[in-house]
Amino acid sequence: MIDEADLLGDGPPASPDLSHCTAATRNACKLCTPLGACLVFRGVRGALPFLHGSQGCSTYIRRYLISHFREPMDIAASNFSEDTAVFGGEKNLLAGMANVTRQYQPEMIGLATTCLSETIGEDMPALVQKCQQNIADLPPVVHVSTASYRGSHMDGFHDAVTALVSQLVTDALPHGAVNLLPGMVSTADLRHLRELAERFGLNVTMLPDYSDTLDGSTWADYEALPSGGTPVAAIRTMSGAQATLELGDSLRGNTKSAASLLETRFGVEKISLTLPVGIQATDEFIAELSRLSGRDIPADITAERGRLIDSMVDAHKIVFGKRAVVFGEADLVIGLTAFLCEIGVQPVLCVCGGKTNHFDVLLRSAVPELPGDTLIRNGADFADITHEARQLTPDLLIGNSKGYGLARELDIPLIRTGFPIHDRIGGQRVLHLGYRGAQALFDDLANTLLARKQQTSTIGYSYL
Amino acid sequence: MYSDTPTDVGEIDSIEGVSPEELREKMLDGLPSKTMRKRAKQILTNDPDTPPEIAANSRTVPGIMTQRGCTYAGCRGVVIGPIHDILHITHGPVGCGYYSWQTRRNLAKSPEGAANFLQYCMTTDMQEDHIVFGGEKRLAEAIREAYALFKPKAISVYSTCPVGLIGDDIHSVCRQAKEELGINVFGFSCEGYKGVSQSAGHHIANNGVFKHMIGLDDHPVEAAPFKINVLGEYNIGGDAWEIDTLLRKCGISVLATLSGGVTYDEITSCHQADLNVVMCHRSINYMAEMMETKFGIPWFKVNFIGAESTAKSLRKIAQFFDNKELKDRVEEVIAAEMAALRPVQTEIKARHKGKRAALFVGGSRAHHYQDLFADIGMETISAGYEFAHRDDYEGRHVLPSIKVDADSRNIEELHVDADPERFRPRLSPEAKAKLVANGFTFSDYRGMMSEMKKRALVIDDISHYELEKLIETWKPDIIGSGIKDKYIVEKMGVPCKQLHSYDYGGPYAAFTGAINFYREVDRMLSSKVWSYVVPPWVKARKPLAVAAAEDAA
Repeated sequence: MIDEADLLGDGPPASPDLSHCTAATRNACKLCTPLGACLVFRGVRGALPFLHGSQGCSTYIRRYLISHFREPMDIAASNFSEDTAVFGGEKNLLAGMANVTRQYQPEMIGLATTCLSETIGEDMPALVQKCQQNIADLPPVVHVSTASYRGSHMDGFHDAVTALVSQLVTDALPHGAVNLLPGMVSTADLRHLRELAERFGLNVTMLPDYSDTLDGSTWADYEALPSGGTPVAAIRTMSGAQATLELGDSLRGNTKSAASLLETRFGVEKISLTLPVGIQATDEFIAELSRLSGRDIPADITAERGRLIDSMVDAHKIVFGKRAVVFGEADLVIGLTAFLCEIGVQPVLCVCGGKTNHFDVLLRSAVPELPGDTLIRNGADFADITHEARQLTPDLLIGNSKGYGLARELDIPLIRTGFPIHDRIGGQRVLHLGYRGAQALFDDLANTLLARKQQTSTIGYSYL
Repeated sequence: MYSDTPTDVGEIDSIEGVSPEELREKMLDGLPSKTMRKRAKQILTNDPDTPPEIAANSRTVPGIMTQRGCTYAGCRGVVIGPIHDILHITHGPVGCGYYSWQTRRNLAKSPEGAANFLQYCMTTDMQEDHIVFGGEKRLAEAIREAYALFKPKAISVYSTCPVGLIGDDIHSVCRQAKEELGINVFGFSCEGYKGVSQSAGHHIANNGVFKHMIGLDDHPVEAAPFKINVLGEYNIGGDAWEIDTLLRKCGISVLATLSGGVTYDEITSCHQADLNVVMCHRSINYMAEMMETKFGIPWFKVNFIGAESTAKSLRKIAQFFDNKELKDRVEEVIAAEMAALRPVQTEIKARHKGKRAALFVGGSRAHHYQDLFADIGMETISAGYEFAHRDDYEGRHVLPSIKVDADSRNIEELHVDADPERFRPRLSPEAKAKLVANGFTFSDYRGMMSEMKKRALVIDDISHYELEKLIETWKPDIIGSGIKDKYIVEKMGVPCKQLHSYDYGGPYAAFTGAINFYREVDRMLSSKVWSYVVPPWVKARKPLAVAAAEDAA
């Protein structure tokens, strides 16, 4: 069997100063907007994501999501051809919507646009109306504008959540449940968040929830649409919740976020929290759950926290003072940076792959203890990251699989977090959140450093 | 003496009590009448002697879950992307470039210090401003930047959907850059919406490679008696290297493999070959034809997937060169390779003989891999391509009768003439006539159907629904497909081998690769995991339920 890592080549020869190059993105650290939207729609029960554009978009996005989740991921498309691009996609959209309605009987269709339909300026609300008038049994259609030349997959993700709330939620009687908007986290994270909320007796509507749809078991019977996800009925009544917990600093000041919308339209309290990675952010999250439920913090959660702190004491000598480069989506990078500071690892470079408004301000206010000389890059690609990292002599990288090339060049380990993770098994199940997530990350990090020490040891000392 | 005469392939009667005709009805049943009429022409029971006409290369119905990709994917992703010392720039928003970044698993190795841009993914990452005001300036800048950074021998530019719509003239940007930088810079108008599948992108790529690379370098290549090109082989999982090694053992030199593990220089000088052999007919037949017209290089179809097919292909090449020493050498190599292969083949065949495979992939793989399964006694009960045309199913003799529709007319047909100086027939008319008289075929592909069993089910552009019906009715033991179907098939309890990317494995080509494949299939079919799907307590409950029902009665 071939060792592929050896055969792909070492990449381009060491390059000159890249810092002035701006016309191209070289090894991007972000994906396209409709991908984020499709992921959200897969987290709604019985929903089918549908792209208005070329079939290539759905094929590429499917194959990429599948390589991370290793699960079926169906996305329909209106299959534009050249004449559709010229004369508009109405006919194709109607045919496509009718076909998926008949074949899949979805409970909802999540319709996202592509560069193609956006560039020709399709009037989506009018087209959706046409579909509603002409297709019998058409389920609710939620549409979101996702031109890839506006923002990254994270924007597509958040915009799709907002679209769901904006287009589905109606007035509802207060029911005391809590809305939880987790952001783009792993299936294990989603399960853990739900479990934590339930430990406080809280009834949560989590949106999206792809923990089952994209991490399911083998089937007893064929499933045209995978089971699991947030029911449309539950989304409709998010207006009756006592509060909305919106995770992620990038949404904190966003007045158009889903939580803001629920607050301004229906008076549901918006609570913004840092993504609960590490101790402090989890403390805040747990405190919020306790406040909302009016219950004390269960002893087992306190014990879980205790074990985490205890292990940090044990392993302090292993991780302390190490230098790390963190890259990926804004909210996860902020959470991971906070966690690294807590355990004494120095983040020397923090990178948001897409462009997030005021990323540096958000990061510094969420992590006030971040050293002043830590470099912060917003909207950077791997060429930028590589350029900086070469000077910074980091001990490890933390981020998605696309950091492999840099890790190989610098000969340092890559701790895989976030999306996409397509060169390890279980990428979709990496747990980042809560004390348990912090424990998993911490053990992974410490053990990676220990393994490294053993590998590079000249004397082969085994008792570490 | 080598001969292309077909052999009897047998017939499928009924499987699991259901005949092919009944299964076909089941797949069509319940479709709206218009869709049913369309699919009825794409789902056929086979007749190897006179393959029925199949409505291949027709548009996918919107909303049907297809395996197909887009024109950009076929051009940048499949045909040109593997050339590893060209710098590729995707002109468009970020997604298209990102998704074609190494995802095909085509491998390449460079000597120390030489360029290898395979790890590199450059895109103009167009923003709204560029869509509104045009992206040509940004593209020109990106090309300059790429040159300043890496000084590549050539830069290749690919258009994505919005680029075609806003009317950026990438070809004039490339021409100007070529003048300014003094290196070869060329573009491909491979917007995703052109054509019905990635197949359109293959054609556009062939045209571009032919126009901008083939024949540029007349410096004589190394003198060797038998110089060939392998066309339509993309080095997925290292296949091209296995083929290369095998041919070298026989004394045959490969000037260029289009386009797996290949360099720019190999491509620009490969018109000096004596022969083109074609692996993937769909993606590269245009190139074979154009090189023959312009330079006089004859071509024929080969298949290095499967031990029997590999031996057959080697013998055909030896027969073409009509050289005693070469023929002897080929026989020696086949004997030695088969000696190593046979024990593995025998062992695995004993375990899996008679098991059934179904293959839905590509424009040639659904055909080629039938031979590998046949090597270990497995029967292909159903197969279909994702993006092939009628000639790949029925054979090239149907080419004159293929109706050119609007989608195909979009793609330029290059007009090619014989090169006044460099056209050189590689065979004398007498030598060619002698070969043909003995059953040797040139410029031919007999298609998949002539080598499949009578009444096997041929399904073009299969949908999820049809795949589900096939699995529940005929219960194939293994399915060969791509990543978009793999996990659905496996959720249903059937092992699925990805034949695009090889599931992180490979190589599977040549005799050495065949051994890998037999072992891989053996591992998949022998896995215990399927026996754990139903938990023991569920099994235990079943008799209880039966007992309860009996009690109630």
